[in-house]
Amino acid sequence: MNILIKNGRVIDPKSGLDGILDVFIQGDRIEKIDRPLSREGRDVEVIDATGHIVAPGLIDVHTHLREPGYEWKETIRTGTMAAVRGGFTSIVCMANTNPVNDNKSVTDYIVTKVRSEGACRVFPCGAITKGLKGEELAEIGEMVEAGIRTISDDGKSVKNSGLLRKALEYAKLFNIPVISHCEDEDLSRGYVHEGRASLLSGLDAVPGIAEEIIVRRDMTLAAYVDAPIHLTHISTAGSVDAIRHAKKEYKKITCDTCPHYFSITDEATLDFDTNTKVNPPLRSRDDMEAITEGLRNNTIDMIATDHAPHEGTSKDVEFDIATFGISGLETAFALSLGLVHQGVLTLHELFRKLTVNPAKLLGLPYGEIKAGKIADLMVFNPEIEWTVDRNSFFSKGKNTPFHGWELKGKNLLTIADGKIAYRDPSFKG
Amino acid sequence: MKWTKKDLLGITGLSKEEILLVLDTAESFKDISRRDVKKVPTLRGKTIITLFYEPSTRTRTSFEIAAKRLSADTINIAASTSSYVKGETLKDTAKTLEAMKPDVTIIRHSMPGAPHMLAKIVESSVVNGGDGAHEHPTQALLDLYTMREKKGTLDGLKIAIIGDIIHSRVARSNILALRHFDTEIVCCGPPTMLPPHLEDLGVKSEYNLEKAVRGADVIMMLRIQKERGGVAYIPSIKEYSTMFGLTKEHVGKARKDAIVMHPGPMNRGVEIMDDVADGPFSVILDQVENGVAVRMAVLYLLLGRET
Repeated sequence: MNILIKNGRVIDPKSGLDGILDVFIQGDRIEKIDRPLSREGRDVEVIDATGHIVAPGLIDVHTHLREPGYEWKETIRTGTMAAVRGGFTSIVCMANTNPVNDNKSVTDYIVTKVRSEGACRVFPCGAITKGLKGEELAEIGEMVEAGIRTISDDGKSVKNSGLLRKALEYAKLFNIPVISHCEDEDLSRGYVHEGRASLLSGLDAVPGIAEEIIVRRDMTLAAYVDAPIHLTHISTAGSVDAIRHAKKEYKKITCDTCPHYFSITDEATLDFDTNTKVNPPLRSRDDMEAITEGLRNNTIDMIATDHAPHEGTSKDVEFDIATFGISGLETAFALSLGLVHQGVLTLHELFRKLTVNPAKLLGLPYGEIKAGKIADLMVFNPEIEWTVDRNSFFSKGKNTPFHGWELKGKNLLTIADGKIAYRDPSFKG
Repeated sequence: MKWTKKDLLGITGLSKEEILLVLDTAESFKDISRRDVKKVPTLRGKTIITLFYEPSTRTRTSFEIAAKRLSADTINIAASTSSYVKGETLKDTAKTLEAMKPDVTIIRHSMPGAPHMLAKIVESSVVNGGDGAHEHPTQALLDLYTMREKKGTLDGLKIAIIGDIIHSRVARSNILALRHFDTEIVCCGPPTMLPPHLEDLGVKSEYNLEKAVRGADVIMMLRIQKERGGVAYIPSIKEYSTMFGLTKEHVGKARKDAIVMHPGPMNRGVEIMDDVADGPFSVILDQVENGVAVRMAVLYLLLGRET
């Protein structure tokens, strides 16, 4: 089955293409972009995108799919369904499964499972250290062969600086970036951001410097061994400042932030809603403004979801013992469009952070609308208003602090690998 | 002024008028405890549960006596004897108890926000009997009652709060309540025990005990919250007591008519010396007595609320 998307405003942030055009997809590839294209032959599904925008499918460098080992929280099937609903066509899943993805056989398992059940492309992230224990390097080379594009001990930092140095050096062998979760665990024994809100709630708190100290350490190590480093889920003003300065001296630094760090502050934790419990924690208003500014001035290269689905029972407990994490794939795009509505970013700038830059980080040939390229794309309307209803999530994780929020901008159709992977029920095109 | 709230979860959310309503109501209840027959029928037929996940003597007993003097039926549940040890969640415990139709549940818990969670689940009233390092509203109310009783007014008072401020729900609730009045509050302790951003609450920080108590009308001593890891914030109890233990000499620096308070339990010889705890300026046992009256007032107001 071939697909003809007619009359949409086609945008391609990489080439700067922007115009009312038709896109013809043959098999898994974009065959032609022109106007107007007539039906070429039989077996063509015509999609009317009049009034909507056609853009590359989104790429997320940070999700948790929980399989293998935590299938009650999420599976590769439900997680990728949530991804395509959110407009994502390529995602990275972190290694903190059970067993940990620290060897080829686990990577193989995930890759095989994705092939049979995945609704979009998934690139497993390998662990830096065996069992995420921070003690010895995992078999990175074998995992690269099996399909990983990056390594990370996400969930914690590699505490041993000497070991992280070796990981950064060793990863150069495969030309893959190390993704760093920045958290000084001795400073971060807490559940919320240390600030005025934590003073009022009495919840154990984590200061912003717990992140910033490791941000600085990891950039210093990477520069010393001349290896690429990607700092994930950056959340504080101090981190943005440190990264902005370091990037002037050393070019192989990239970073991402998540929609919750530019959409909501630690004040939301004051009524003890465990859906606001996330690591790093929701920060202060000043931090949120600095993150937004960092996105505007390109200190922050990309937006990732840190999609962290959890079962309701793990959130339906006292704040201290609730799990950390936000189920983010189905709200990330609309929250990110908020940056365009507020005038922080242009549409092209936003898509660069959601497609081109993550593709470049991972060395992926996706994230573009161009003849001859794989057909990964989305059709969306930036003006449609909708209300977040966590009960409608495809993800098993209903844990979101955005339940009930009115958002503006909606994904209507996702095409992954030339096939319709998601169609919004409201989309008649 | 009428009481309208279903729950008392903290001083947060209370207006000055509501605080004064509790204090004024307590005034009328204090006399009952001094009678021969210490019981009035006000809450006859009401069921009050105390659900304590943390050890407590005075708070639990005080609530129970308050309830009984108002003729309510009381049931005490301690975590060590509850389904908690069998792995039941707070949510399920709450639903189970709610099915037995209590009128008020008083909860104490080591984790901040547990009473708020309970209040969202149950339709009956919830009173926070202390949640982690968050709030202890009835303690603050009885402290304000005692200050007002001894000083005649809250306005114009200088209050020094000394000790493990960062872990203290008593300090937090007292600060939030005293902020409604024209008071000067100084928090004193080693810097590790003074939380960052304290000044945002309109409170002064002071490391030196002698300076902190100078000219104070009220000295409120706190114990080190060992159960919240307080000991790790200082090198040793011995060193702490030499620098932050309240002596008679310290009290001498305060105003002549200063009072010394302590929410209990006291660690004599650590934060407070014997001659201070038992001295003429000590109102520690008045606090305990007033606690019953204030808790009677709280129960009375919650159950008689205007809906």
